[in-house]
Amino acid sequence: MLVVGIKSRPVYKGLVIDIHSARHLFALEGEGAEALLDQIKSVGSGFLEKAEILYVGPENQAGKLRDLKSFDFWTAPTIPVLLNRLKASLQAARMGTRLYLSGTEGFIGQAMQVALDLGIDFNSIRTEHRGSTARRVQCVHCKGITDNVTTSPFTCSHCGLPLLVRDHYSRRLGAFQGVNIDAEDPGSAPNPEVLFP
Amino acid sequence: MNIEFRQETFRDDFTFRNSPAAIRRFPFPFHEDSYMYSVNMEPHVKGAPGTAFENLIDVDEHYISEMNDRAKVLKEDPLRCQALPHMMTAQWDTLELLMEQQAAGYPEHFSLTKNGDNWHWINKPLGIDQKFVFGDVSTLPYEPMEYITRQAQGDFCIVDQRDNNLWMDAGIATTQADWSLDFDIGMNFMEWHGPVPLAHQIGVFERALKFLLNLQQGKPVRRLNWTMTINPRLDTSPENYPKWGPDRTTVTPENVGNKVHLRCELQSLWRLPRSNAILFVIRCYLIKMEELATVPKWVRRLPRVLRSLPPELVDYKGLTRYRQTTIDWLSKFDDGAPTSPGIFPD
Repeated sequence: MLVVGIKSRPVYKGLVIDIHSARHLFALEGEGAEALLDQIKSVGSGFLEKAEILYVGPENQAGKLRDLKSFDFWTAPTIPVLLNRLKASLQAARMGTRLYLSGTEGFIGQAMQVALDLGIDFNSIRTEHRGSTARRVQCVHCKGITDNVTTSPFTCSHCGLPLLVRDHYSRRLGAFQGVNIDAEDPGSAPNPEVLFP
Repeated sequence: MNIEFRQETFRDDFTFRNSPAAIRRFPFPFHEDSYMYSVNMEPHVKGAPGTAFENLIDVDEHYISEMNDRAKVLKEDPLRCQALPHMMTAQWDTLELLMEQQAAGYPEHFSLTKNGDNWHWINKPLGIDQKFVFGDVSTLPYEPMEYITRQAQGDFCIVDQRDNNLWMDAGIATTQADWSLDFDIGMNFMEWHGPVPLAHQIGVFERALKFLLNLQQGKPVRRLNWTMTINPRLDTSPENYPKWGPDRTTVTPENVGNKVHLRCELQSLWRLPRSNAILFVIRCYLIKMEELATVPKWVRRLPRVLRSLPPELVDYKGLTRYRQTTIDWLSKFDDGAPTSPGIFPD
């Protein structure tokens, strides 16, 4: 479970299907596939004939999604490749398209950035967190972003400073804030602790 | 009245000082002997001469040196000044407000002449004489917000209003108390205040937001906020924390009077006429303990306030390492006499 009570972190309310949409666009990562599969159990599979599913992650989930025979299904080898395709799909999208995102928080954050850049209101996007609670973190000092951070402190993959992961999230950056933990007394950083498994 | 501008630094050799008159006009943030967060907003109206409230946009003896420091920060880190694309009208609103207020308050230093959209701005302290077309970005050397805030003391956020919320969609921050504009830009009111402890739970932000959504044009409001800073450093940004963080370990009973500064933010909020955005001015004032100790009421009150702080607040404001040393030093000047209500010296 994600830590609750962080004011700046988006609330992932669940991948509730908007059955009245003209089109459904899903961007799913790894265990995020299960969020869609769970929805089908409750609302049926009728909407799939109007659904485009973009997926990145292990093959076993890909197989389950492929079997759904949705209007379109496409798998990406990596997240950046999926984000490119998502951008293309959104640019071609028509009125009445609903966007759904599910997977790790870092994935949702990056996919949401693509949508925000195209002027989509974040409130209209249906999201569900699935999988690891690892965080995507921006170093406030060098501005470099490190993906899949599971510990605090951790070493910035760009500038090498030991960073405390603050409970402060930027939707625009799709990342938490990392702040040098031993700035006042260099060399005094505590050992990393796994906080986001 | 001509201001005598000081030449001083806010980094390296830290030559910043307050003149005796500047000490008296310091906006001391405590109206009583204890402190807790509250919605401490009041109308931003002109106050008595010789106070920081004598004009609604205050210009003081540190003006030129503060603007020099801002230029250095922006040169090192251009991300300290950012505006989302939909904020251009609000940028022009901001330019107009700051030019008009500075010209009205300090006619001997600033003047603004309007002839339709052809404007002429003269800033004598900084040696600027600029003719430009209001609304035409190509006639200024920077976008309007950056142009005018390179000539105005304090940090500035321009906050858009939509969906019953306020959104920090533009700003410049080079004198900030440890928050990152680059990280917070685009956030709403609750989100950018996310890291503040205790205040959410007591409903301060909900009430403040409700109040600000109804802010009216021509009726600005203000509040005082505060923290403490080691050495008179304006740029205490999270970006540069590794540069100023170690200063906190350097306070000793011998140097506390010179090194420890009370940092007061005079925050004023203005509804902007064309964009309906809100200009949020965060004007920073610094005073070292030795200077503060020349005002008997303040030096009695400050150690009492510092003793009263809840631990979460001590931690959030970064006072932990030097609070006790500061209390000990200040307490020598506190004879235990009662203090008069309000913030002004007796």
